[in-house]
Amino acid sequence: MTGKGLLLDHLCVSLHGQSLFEVTTCVKPGEVLSIMGPSGSGKSTLINAIIGLLPSVFALTGRIELDGMSLIGLPVERRRVGVLFQDPLLFPHFSVGQNIAFGLPRSIKGKARDEAVARLLSAVELEGFAERDPFTLSGGQKARVALLRVLAAEPCALLLDEPFSKLDPALRQSVRDLVFAETRRRELPVLMVTHDRDDAAAAGGGVLHLGEAG
Amino acid sequence: MRLKRNGPAVSEPPAKVTAKATGAPPIYLRFFSWSAIALVFVPALAGTVYMFPMAFGGEGGWLQPFATLFGVPGIWTSILLSLWIGLVATAFSVALTSLFFAAFAQTRAVSVLSGLIRPLLAIPHAAAAFGMLFLVAPSGFLMRLVAPLLGFQHPPDWLLVNDPAGLSLAAGLALKETPFLFFVVLAALPQIDRRLTITAATLGYGRIWGFLLSAFPALYVQIRLPIIAVIAYSTSSVDMAMILGPQLPPVLSVQIPRLMNDPDLSLRMAASAGAIVQLAITALAIGVWLLGERMAISAFRSLSTRGFRLRGDGALRSAILVVSAWTFLVTYLGLGLLLLWSVAASWRFPDLFPSHFTLDGWLSPGSDLISLVWRSVALGIASALIAMIMAVGALELEYRRGRPIAGGGWLSLYLPLLLPQIVFVSGLSFLFLSLGWDANIFAVAAVHLVFVFPYVYLTLAASWHHFDRRYLDIARSLGKPPFMALVEVRLPILLAPLLTACALGFAVSIAQYLPTLLIGAGRLPTLTTEAVALSSGGNRRLIGVYALLQALLPFIAFALAGLGPRFVWRNRLALSGPVREISGRSA
Repeated sequence: MTGKGLLLDHLCVSLHGQSLFEVTTCVKPGEVLSIMGPSGSGKSTLINAIIGLLPSVFALTGRIELDGMSLIGLPVERRRVGVLFQDPLLFPHFSVGQNIAFGLPRSIKGKARDEAVARLLSAVELEGFAERDPFTLSGGQKARVALLRVLAAEPCALLLDEPFSKLDPALRQSVRDLVFAETRRRELPVLMVTHDRDDAAAAGGGVLHLGEAG
Repeated sequence: MRLKRNGPAVSEPPAKVTAKATGAPPIYLRFFSWSAIALVFVPALAGTVYMFPMAFGGEGGWLQPFATLFGVPGIWTSILLSLWIGLVATAFSVALTSLFFAAFAQTRAVSVLSGLIRPLLAIPHAAAAFGMLFLVAPSGFLMRLVAPLLGFQHPPDWLLVNDPAGLSLAAGLALKETPFLFFVVLAALPQIDRRLTITAATLGYGRIWGFLLSAFPALYVQIRLPIIAVIAYSTSSVDMAMILGPQLPPVLSVQIPRLMNDPDLSLRMAASAGAIVQLAITALAIGVWLLGERMAISAFRSLSTRGFRLRGDGALRSAILVVSAWTFLVTYLGLGLLLLWSVAASWRFPDLFPSHFTLDGWLSPGSDLISLVWRSVALGIASALIAMIMAVGALELEYRRGRPIAGGGWLSLYLPLLLPQIVFVSGLSFLFLSLGWDANIFAVAAVHLVFVFPYVYLTLAASWHHFDRRYLDIARSLGKPPFMALVEVRLPILLAPLLTACALGFAVSIAQYLPTLLIGAGRLPTLTTEAVALSSGGNRRLIGVYALLQALLPFIAFALAGLGPRFVWRNRLALSGPVREISGRSA
């Protein structure tokens, strides 16, 4: 069972002794697993369990392993699991470039950081945007910067929490294509919570249904 | 790929670990919850408790101090005045605030007046009292306005201020407490469902009555605790009572420090007994209020279902608007008069304006004005900064634990605001005296902190809880530990509320009269203590200078707090622009 990818083995989250769900699955590098289900079925709880943000009222059993390493007990900041929410949530006090640099690992120093930021920006057709105030960006531009910020941190897996639901239909497809192209290129295992069947279809991977409809 | 929902327990669970959002909070954060209790709750409680052995004792038996106290001429009048003034001032402020919002919720009047009240909150009580004195005294501006009509050549011999019934003091207290209650209601109003009032309107109810029936009960619950704090303050204010209150006899809270400074030792003991009586008076006033509350509720219940619509409330609404606007304008007019008096060389009675001007008051103000300003500012900055650091620590701890700070919750924070200052500050001053900490600037700052911290904490808490925590989640998933997420993400984004809370803390510290006087043993004067001391002298030019400066310092603090984010984040529209959308969750 060890090896590359994100492994959930008998992952069970319970609240006051009542189990919410139990999941066993493995997401291989470059693969996207879509998670669908009605609200209240525990989709966000599953995401939080993997990121390491599960409130202490929940109890967690089972294994979460990323590239053969157990994540359980590790603090959020050491899990190397990136996350994109439905809002881009760019830090309003940083410039576009600073937002991305915030994600870059410490090992990249000095001028190399600026160069890395510029390289990332040009890859998504945002050359010269480093000094911009994120407030002045369009919705699509914000979504792309948010993607660059999470990729800059060189995560080993990516979690998407309804990441495209607030984009209008035209943008939606292009941002989605960009995200999946990047995660495939970087061979990241991806877990995506979505309400939208098109998202799941575009992801091309498996679909996990949490809870029964209703 | 398997999935079970609500499935049975797995037969062989590979591991069982309870995951926490952020792990146990580090020790240095726990220190903050204790520091809030140690520096706010403990002094308030210790000061109060310390008064009891002081009050029950002496050579003539354990009740002797009380016997001496009740032998002081006019003491019963003092006691009744405190009770009466506190209740009248509170009732007026609560009634005006309730009626105003009933009449004008969701109208432009609210936004206009709420712009007016923010600066009023920052004005120290003493400065507001002097402003009112210059406006309504027999030789004040209003009398000058009507003097030609009435043919007055000299100020009339009327007791318009310092009246024996204490009406001018009650009015002065209401001038300060009404803006405070307005502010509290403005904060609580968004939580009231406005569809309730719309429903009442569609059922044919008049605006005021409809609001009182539908929305007011839920609103009242939210502002009840601040109202009790207002009662506690109004029954025991010292600085305002010295300026506007009755003189012979004064209210109890003014009588106590007088007895305390009496050369006769038995009267000093009686002062301690007076503090206990003050505690009882404030408790009684709160009890009377709660009783009145019950009676009002049952009257309200029986009236509310009888079907009165009270649609024709237009005249009442106009009257409410006029009284509210006037309540706020008095303080602004007072500030203008302080300025005029501070530069007046001669200003004879019926003249509306001074005939000659001078800068003597500002250039040679008698005592060392610069050192007074410096001490006031230093105390204000120190207590505001310490309070802000403590508040940030306590709020961060709450966030990491996912629950409010330990130890009595709101009581530990509100206690200093619910107890009469004169009681526990006197107790603390005796305690510090016995420890040799009298006239110690650090002790004065520490006691300022008792009053500054609750305001700073409560102001900051609102913005803190509004903050979209997903910013922090993202920062941590990008590899930043919790402390870095706090320092690099939350604090910079919350710069504006942090500075506002600081400015408010500064304003609270500047306004402190009694703690500065008693803990400083009169040897560490500030602008406020000197201004109040001038009230007995009657040098209006100097009073103008001191009171205006006292009001000016908080204004400067708030102005800087407003400009700070605009300058620091001038290239970040979300944090400096007209719409600060970011501190709240947009969804």
